[in-house]
Amino acid sequence: MDPLAAIRETFFQECEEQLAELENGLLAMEAGDTDPETINAVFRAVHSIKGGAGAFSLEALVRFAHVFETALDEMRSGRLAPTNEVLKTLLRAADVLADHVRAAHDGSAVDEAHTAELAEELKALDPNGATAGEESEGEEDWGDFEFKPMSVDVPAAPAGPSGWRVSFKPRADLYAKANEAALLLRELGRLGQTTVELDASGLPALTELDPEAAYLAWTVTVTGDADETSIREVFEFVDGDCELEVSPLAAVAAEGEASATPVEDPGETLDIGALLARVQAVAEPPSPQQVPPAAPAPAAVATPADPSSPPDGQGQPRKPEAGATIRVDLERVDRLIDLVGELVINQAMLSQRVMEAGFARASGVAMGLDELEQLTREIQDSVMAIRAQPVKSVFQRMPRLVREVAAMTGKPVRLVTEGEGTEVDKTVIERLADPLTHMIRNAIDHGLESPEKRAAAGKPAEGVVRLTAAHRSGRIVIEVADDGGGINRERVKSIAIEKGLVAPDAALSDEEIDNLIFMPGFSTASEVSDISGRGVGMDVVRRSIQALGGRITISSRPGKGSTFTMSLPLTLAVLDGMVVSVQGQTLVAPITAIVETLLPKAGDVHSLGGSARVIAIRDTYVPLIDVGMALGYRAGPLDATQGVALLIEGEGGARAALLVDAIQGQRQVVIKSLEANYRQVPGVAAATILGDGRVALILDIDTIVAVSRGADSLRAEKRLAATG
Amino acid sequence: MTQTNANLNAAGGLRELISFRIGAQEFCVDIMAVREIRGWTAATALPQSPPFVRGVINLRGAVLPIVDLAARLGFESSETSDRHVIIVAQIGEQVVGLLVDAVSDILTVTDDVIQPTPDVASDTAKLFVRGLLAIDGRMISLIGLERVLPDFELEAA
Repeated sequence: MDPLAAIRETFFQECEEQLAELENGLLAMEAGDTDPETINAVFRAVHSIKGGAGAFSLEALVRFAHVFETALDEMRSGRLAPTNEVLKTLLRAADVLADHVRAAHDGSAVDEAHTAELAEELKALDPNGATAGEESEGEEDWGDFEFKPMSVDVPAAPAGPSGWRVSFKPRADLYAKANEAALLLRELGRLGQTTVELDASGLPALTELDPEAAYLAWTVTVTGDADETSIREVFEFVDGDCELEVSPLAAVAAEGEASATPVEDPGETLDIGALLARVQAVAEPPSPQQVPPAAPAPAAVATPADPSSPPDGQGQPRKPEAGATIRVDLERVDRLIDLVGELVINQAMLSQRVMEAGFARASGVAMGLDELEQLTREIQDSVMAIRAQPVKSVFQRMPRLVREVAAMTGKPVRLVTEGEGTEVDKTVIERLADPLTHMIRNAIDHGLESPEKRAAAGKPAEGVVRLTAAHRSGRIVIEVADDGGGINRERVKSIAIEKGLVAPDAALSDEEIDNLIFMPGFSTASEVSDISGRGVGMDVVRRSIQALGGRITISSRPGKGSTFTMSLPLTLAVLDGMVVSVQGQTLVAPITAIVETLLPKAGDVHSLGGSARVIAIRDTYVPLIDVGMALGYRAGPLDATQGVALLIEGEGGARAALLVDAIQGQRQVVIKSLEANYRQVPGVAAATILGDGRVALILDIDTIVAVSRGADSLRAEKRLAATG
Repeated sequence: MTQTNANLNAAGGLRELISFRIGAQEFCVDIMAVREIRGWTAATALPQSPPFVRGVINLRGAVLPIVDLAARLGFESSETSDRHVIIVAQIGEQVVGLLVDAVSDILTVTDDVIQPTPDVASDTAKLFVRGLLAIDGRMISLIGLERVLPDFELEAA
């Protein structure tokens, strides 16, 4: 990748972070957060995006970000109250900004009309209409306002001012971002005749001097015909990192020279060159000789001596230290995880050998091995934690979705999220987005009632969708709950009957009816709506959750709402398995698929002709599949009473019983690919390596069930796969 | 080592081959394809696999398929013992273990020593044998490994 493309890529990565920050801030404000730092953070986010976009000449993005930023600046300076209405507009603007960023990234098109509409809305937010006093990139109609009366916080000048007074006080951030006050002053010097006065009254004694802090302020008088815009433009890149005041000279004269009294003899005016030399010497504070002794500050100047105390008013408290992070290639992390997996297996093998060699438990060797075991476990956990990320990244996409779906359905919805900090493997997170999106859409579209119905039921008009995540016994549990009407069981059942999914006379429990919505081909929306009816139903959600080794359940209470609960493994690199033996082979069945295990009794197993058998489990008959035969390990069927049956629930909720010889136990196993060096084997999902160093195969339960259900054998399926 | 080989190859067409024994026959493969040689460990059988695939073993965390080269080449496959060895070979992107009776030698030969395979009817010969070498009165067949793993389409056809 060429360097520019790499930088551009970094910019977009950072944009994602800024956008997340922006949305978080706005949401926090919507929830009543009035901390000025929140507003500042929001402003900074948009400002950074604008800045970066400018560097890459992303015109459309810059234009919109500018309008957005202007509105936020109004809010930051307290001229625009953060009412709910305003925040809703800002949130939608954030969505548009995100669209622009994405469009700039992948070259897709942006909805121009929508952008323009929101830009207008943002401008309309401005309490002063077409506000003066903001920088005006590309806004022609703001071009020549130097003769207009100043409107904002400056008294109107009676006539066109002949000069400006610029008070400029950098904050530490300005220097931290590698800006340089001297350069800015020099730039001002280009605009006309300048007189620069230094205010060093904030300087502490040398012993208290923090080399990273900013102590100096300048007052520059610019005479000539420069307009305010051009003066402000000089400071454009340090906006927010300094206190800047630009006022017409006449107004200042009227006010009296009360504000900043220079340290130098007031009458003395330095020529710019000499001053710059001095500024530079002071801006790099170390050399003590050149720092003027801390002069007693004139009473009029309220300069805080302690730089860490937040400046008054719209002051920006120091940003909290960002946690030190690095970006690492995912491949490297995966390699590390692989290697640690080896280490764990190797350590287990070593332990086994040592035990076999007859060392006593209390011997030095055995104790050393115990320590090694603990260490390897710890390393494994730590390495897994590298891949773990908070679910925040996927939860963050949901507010926008909720806003959109709420707007489409006309239902006011509030999304409540909890446990965003819950961590889970990155791959799991990535594959969670789609099912979650679908479930939240469903919750709003199908779950929540219309405002009228809610009113009739005595509920607040605003529906609530809760999205929560938590760790529970080594898994992550994610819930999507709505406070809607709950599942309409009558209707679900009649639809299922109508679609032939259940027999008309089937006696179903409430739970069974609720679970019908996971059946393939089931969709309760009477007409296919734009929101939920995209050709995918809950069965797709269920399948994608199952593909992640997870389970999804639903609980619903009429009139109170429904809750979908997903339980997922924390990582895809390991799997909770039931280790079983079949005809001398050790196999692993994924525990997520197993409902229960049972010892078949002779009377429960019935033959249906050929090798087909069924087993009675509490009055229902499910197919009994001999795993040994299905995989070709043995020619004849195993006597069912000699084995153990695993009742499993496969894709689409179909049940079957897998007959194995014996259960060895439960174990967490590391998943290894068979395809890497061989190829896919029908009936086998993957392989793993057991503690004794041998390879064990992980069963692909869905294939085994599907193949045993059909007349064709695995071999036929294989041939199909080979030719197809 | 690799560097030297390359130089030799460029200079005089020298190749290094690893020769091994299956039953009474001797075979060899190009040394560049061989990653390592290890003792036999019991393999985990793979369902629905051709008879010459003995199963998979754990090679330092990777799942390695084991091809019984005797069976693959159409000979009687022998009972495996601790004496057997696995030649770990790189075939394209994949790493495969080849079960043989014993590794005998490393041969350094020039290309002109390798005689073309005589025209015989055997399909396996056409599939695998790339040439013949006569060393000290013994015949050694040079094996090409590209077709060692089962080929789906070939089987289905």
